Amino acid sequence: MASQAKNNVIDPLIDNNPITLQVLGICSALAVTTNMMSALIMSLALTTVTAFSSAFISAIRKHIPGSIRIIVQMTIIASLVIVVDQILKAYAFEASKQLSVFVGLIITNCIVLGRAEAYAMKNPPVMSFLDGIGNGLGYSLILMLVAFFRELLGAGKLFGHQIIPVANDGGWYIPNGLMLLPPSAFFVIGLLIWAVRSWKKEQVEAPDYQIHQVHRTEVL
Amino acid sequence: MEHYLSLFVRSIFIENLALSFFLGMCTFLAVSKKIETALGLGIAVIVVQAITVPANNVIYQYLLKDGALAWAGLPDVDLSFLGLISYIGVIAAMVQILEMAMDKYAPALYNALGIFLPLITVNCAILGGTLFMVERDYNLTESTVYGVGSGLGWAMAITAIAGIREKLKYSDVPDGLQGLGITFITAGLMALGFMAFSGIQL
Repeated sequence: MASQAKNNVIDPLIDNNPITLQVLGICSALAVTTNMMSALIMSLALTTVTAFSSAFISAIRKHIPGSIRIIVQMTIIASLVIVVDQILKAYAFEASKQLSVFVGLIITNCIVLGRAEAYAMKNPPVMSFLDGIGNGLGYSLILMLVAFFRELLGAGKLFGHQIIPVANDGGWYIPNGLMLLPPSAFFVIGLLIWAVRSWKKEQVEAPDYQIHQVHRTEVL
Repeated sequence: MEHYLSLFVRSIFIENLALSFFLGMCTFLAVSKKIETALGLGIAVIVVQAITVPANNVIYQYLLKDGALAWAGLPDVDLSFLGLISYIGVIAAMVQILEMAMDKYAPALYNALGIFLPLITVNCAILGGTLFMVERDYNLTESTVYGVGSGLGWAMAITAIAGIREKLKYSDVPDGLQGLGITFITAGLMALGFMAFSGIQL
């Protein structure tokens, strides 16, 4: 029981990461990672929503008719997102302006619905809650990493504090403006996936098609 | 007229939902292995987007907006916090209705789109389009134009990446990048290309 609980939280961090392996919840991972502060707020919001929606859905899972389960799940998720959105507007108005529509888009974030469908519908509430926390943290980990690189290389800052002195203020670092632009998020995540898969070989996907036996393996 | 035309072009190219706002990325990456399926999904998104954005616009203008209930004698009521849940409800219902209507009147198209229709409910491009419409306070005509345009832009992007991926499967990709990794990098390069539109003032 305790080991399963631990598994639920640890497993999605790297071995079964929602972004790099399950390809879920990518939209927001790309859009809110220009600085670490908004990435952190987004991570917190998503982890909260995933954990609680999994717990609630799991609590009523035996009463949900199969044919309308998506709508029921959506209603629960949407209500939670409204709560989070209102709290952000009340206590962190600047940040919520910066995140613009992306807080609302947590509703359609595939991680939330994916965990509800794949885990919460079959397991008891406490376990589902932990599973939600774990997947939320796995998402947060990638989000923070991407934001770390983008903010550091793009503006020389972390959480808005100057870390590397940039050329405009008399320092030596010329910020790489590309890092603040949308396409760089794709590159950073792509390279991150490459790094993870070089470390965890079992995550490598089999190629669809090969012209002939690749020379690299022939040499080895 | 010129205003609508520029909004249309802007929503397709400059503010492309997929490549400059990263909306609908999950399906964008997952359902882009073949051109035919990508095209089918793209058409479904255009249709749903063209219906739901104006529909949500009507709901927002006449029910949810601050003071929108004045016609019912309730000028002080602000229901905008109910926005998210109403929009997703409308989208889910629209998709369901569309599915049933297509099953009855256009069975060929229904069979072609099959599994993609229910997927659209959780496609963030649809909800994203609606939320942008609310944020920018479009009127009914503008939101119709924006709905069609943004749907078209998304469909174009997914068809393009599917075309690239069909060719890409013949190339020798490093093991760790195989599949998802190289798709991300490709999408990044495409987004870089789409940034060329961003300087255009309309």
